[in-house]
Amino acid sequence: MHLAHYLGLLHRSQTELARAFREIGEHHRDEPDVYHVCERLAAQCDDHARRLEPFVRRYSEEAPQEPERLHSTLFSGTRSGGLGLLRDLHDLYLMAAECDISWTVIGQAAQGARDTGLLEVVSRCESETATQMTWLSTRMKQAAPQALVVAS
Amino acid sequence: MSDRIAYPWGSRTPYGPPAVVERLAASLPGRLKDVLPGDIGRRSPWPVRVDTFLEEGVGEEDVDAWVQAASLMHSNGDAMDIAVKDGRIVGVRGRAGDRVNHGRLDPKDLYGWQANNSPDRLTRPLIRGCGGELVETDWDTAMNLIVARSKELLDGPGGWGHFGFYTSGQLFLEEYYTLGVIGKAGIGTPHMDGNTRLCTATAAAALKASFGTDGQPGSYTDVDHCDAIALWGHNVAETQTVLWARMLDRRRGPRPPAMLAVDPRETPVAREADVHLAIRSGTNMALMNALIHVLIDRGRYDERYVRAHTLGFEELQRTVAECTPTWAAEICDVPVRLIEQAAELLGSCDRLLSTVLQGFYQSNQATAAACQVNNIHLLRGMLGRPGAGLYQMNGQPTAQNTREAGADGDLPGMRNWENPEHIRRLAELWNVDPSVIPHWAPPTHAMQIFRYAEQGSIKLLWVSATNPAVSLPDLARIRRILARDDLFLVVQDLFLTETARFADVVLPAATWGEKQGTFTSVDRTVHLADKAVEPPGEARSDLDIFLDYARRMDFRDKDGAPLIKWHDPESAFEAWKACSAGRPCDYTGITYEKLRGESGVQWPCTPAALRGTERLYAGGRFNTDPDYCETYGHDLVTGAEYSEEQYRAREPRGRAFLQAAPYQPSPEVPGQEYPLLLTTGRTVYHFHTRTKTGRAPQLNDAAPEPWVELSPGDASAMGVSEGDTVRVESPRGALEARARVCGTRPGVVFVPFHYGYWDLDDSGPGDRAARAANELTITSWDPVSKQPVYKVAAVRVSRVAEAGGTLSAAPTVGAAAPHDPRVPPTAGGPAAEASERFGTSGRPGHGGAGVQERSGLRRDPGDRERFTPRQPAGEPAGPAAEDQPEARVPRRTEEE
Repeated sequence: MHLAHYLGLLHRSQTELARAFREIGEHHRDEPDVYHVCERLAAQCDDHARRLEPFVRRYSEEAPQEPERLHSTLFSGTRSGGLGLLRDLHDLYLMAAECDISWTVIGQAAQGARDTGLLEVVSRCESETATQMTWLSTRMKQAAPQALVVAS
Repeated sequence: MSDRIAYPWGSRTPYGPPAVVERLAASLPGRLKDVLPGDIGRRSPWPVRVDTFLEEGVGEEDVDAWVQAASLMHSNGDAMDIAVKDGRIVGVRGRAGDRVNHGRLDPKDLYGWQANNSPDRLTRPLIRGCGGELVETDWDTAMNLIVARSKELLDGPGGWGHFGFYTSGQLFLEEYYTLGVIGKAGIGTPHMDGNTRLCTATAAAALKASFGTDGQPGSYTDVDHCDAIALWGHNVAETQTVLWARMLDRRRGPRPPAMLAVDPRETPVAREADVHLAIRSGTNMALMNALIHVLIDRGRYDERYVRAHTLGFEELQRTVAECTPTWAAEICDVPVRLIEQAAELLGSCDRLLSTVLQGFYQSNQATAAACQVNNIHLLRGMLGRPGAGLYQMNGQPTAQNTREAGADGDLPGMRNWENPEHIRRLAELWNVDPSVIPHWAPPTHAMQIFRYAEQGSIKLLWVSATNPAVSLPDLARIRRILARDDLFLVVQDLFLTETARFADVVLPAATWGEKQGTFTSVDRTVHLADKAVEPPGEARSDLDIFLDYARRMDFRDKDGAPLIKWHDPESAFEAWKACSAGRPCDYTGITYEKLRGESGVQWPCTPAALRGTERLYAGGRFNTDPDYCETYGHDLVTGAEYSEEQYRAREPRGRAFLQAAPYQPSPEVPGQEYPLLLTTGRTVYHFHTRTKTGRAPQLNDAAPEPWVELSPGDASAMGVSEGDTVRVESPRGALEARARVCGTRPGVVFVPFHYGYWDLDDSGPGDRAARAANELTITSWDPVSKQPVYKVAAVRVSRVAEAGGTLSAAPTVGAAAPHDPRVPPTAGGPAAEASERFGTSGRPGHGGAGVQERSGLRRDPGDRERFTPRQPAGEPAGPAAEDQPEARVPRRTEEE
């Protein structure tokens, strides 16, 4: 059963997303809404990771060796300025999308495994991840014209 | 005669609710009411009291003309006549026949007009001279400078993005609409907002989120009918004194309404209320979720109404499931018993009136918390009938119009920027290409406009009738932005404000009494303010300034005709009517002529319903249809915008949304370094940054300088006594002022936001100790309404000097009522004597007729008593025990 690998992947993605939210929020403190919302969403990602932990542990007992190239890194540091903010939010969006599709995959697997406990965690967390993506998209839509067309 | 500095609310005229038959008639739909004989169903039993204040030596008989207007010093919309003698304003008198105030006026109205005659009014445009100082010039030179810079910036792609407009809640509807069209169809910029963002953005956001569009459901006459009043973070006694007078008159009459107050301070409202929840700042959402928990848990909701007229009950129920009163009591730091009592009051009444203001709007989770008040009304089916009313209040006199006309973060006519059909309609109306109208994102909110200026991409900022150098959070930062070399700053105002001192061009504006226009109160009552006198010197009305700019910029429509096709207030009003047609704020049945009648008119007012509409949503049908609504909604926690598809999938079909959100702690909470919570607010004597009230002697003398309110416990722990100078510091800055020890919640520090530096002839503190409350506040805003959080900042307080025999100059009236008995009561003396004349009829009279001077009516002794602070809890009850209506009300049977 390979479910453990995907659980591990999502757990790691959520932890990395939490770190990225924190770093990017902190770096863009002069955009207070970005800073405050990123703080809150980082805590949300930590919570997701925490909820996954027992399942990661349980399924890893029956898992074969982790295959290569399962995990890839999407975030490699913050940038500055209006354009930088846009690119940083863009990174967050891609990382959240990685989590989003992982929730879908794990949700499917949970149904196959008839694991109602895991299904419960998925249904709770995947909607929060979806809202994170919506917020990122909302904020980028607001910032894009000024950053790409107006600012010199 | 009455000293309205000492007694801001004037004499009591107690009254009871109307007879049942009147209530039945009042519940009828407008069209049916119109066919009833006489005024049945439209009468109010609130007695008339006509307040008048005239310049010394002038009697009513000496006045040359009385010119119709309404108040521009607060948001209640009190109607008045301006007294003119020899071409000067010499006083004001309340309009007896108006539905809003029945003749009463706020002290700021009685005395504030004197600022119009102030010798330091701006009378000529100012520009920067060779040495960088502001020098007088003529209009052509000043306007040509603005136009030259504008054209230079507009040249090239993205030129629109270099413009920012920051306007007000104190212009007239016609002016906002004109500015809105210039911005949205002329320049095509989304960067336009009003200072309404600071006072009323959350009201709009909460109304949209719950009911589909902006628009207050309630009417002021709900005070007459209600059996319970809940004031949510709303110190109405100091923000809308006439509305408070109406509530007090009900409280002193037969069958008085119960009263609930949520406020961390011991305001006059809190002292009057039956239940006062002095919750910890920033925890409104915890309290609201607990109250809703109890209402649902005990079945104290109208199941049929909820099923037929709302969406989202299950999610709300789930969200509040764990939010017990015991849980909330811990977070809010109030006794469980009080939360239970509040829930009982809300759950047992039949006609609940709620009002909400800055304690919610400027605090943590603003929109989410304001929506919970809407939820309580939806759960209990308390909307659209007499007494069951809801005011998501406005802070400023014309804030409603900034919103309606689209001079802030809204599109004109409460249109939805995400709805292409709404944009197409505006484009058709203005005869421009839809792509000109910025609608790729919501209009840029004020704090973001200043951020773009800080980053240098906004290069021209035009500030009209507001003073961000005192009113925005974190002033040191705001001053840095305003002073930037690459920012071309235009300021349009009456006086050389702190903000104007940074300007490249200052335009002298006319104000209330010197120009014509309309504006709308919280309960949708539209009033006309006529021009009474000429403006001083070369000052021009804001409308004329905007029209002049449009002409010089040569803004054109698709066919090459001038974009702005109107030329004066009345033609602007007619243009606005066309824009409002078919929208919730439909003005098509209103004319200037109609507004010159006895009373203001409530929108929507159409040719089919010419008498206006008293209450919205009477049939439980809301403005949530996807093609009609003003927004597709937000996630209340992050502000993420939902899509049209998501919205349509909910199939609202005219049902209201029960919005749910969990409580989250404030972004800034007290810690070791900054252990106290700062909250800011107003005194009854001042408005905004005192540009007018600071120039009216009676008002200025009542509260001449800032102060710091501390609770007795905190003060004694710090060794601070009444009048000591204290230093308040936050991570952003510091200020110094004398301490007033009074009835605020332990751990809470209050500083009034009115005081800046203009009267020290400066734009900022310079080398002196600062005194503006916003030196301390945090740059943070609600994710949905984008309203800044003024009510929650962590601070520390230290004593810097002993009082040395001087007491704090804070007023003794209102929330600042001192604990130290040595402080003499605030009084205005002979200079503040205003007259009160009492009407005999139960209906607003007709001008002077039916109104007569009456003695025999006593001032409510309770008003005096309330100046004496309540004994601390646990000690023998003092004045509080006598604070019962029965104990002090001189009952006037002729009113009953």
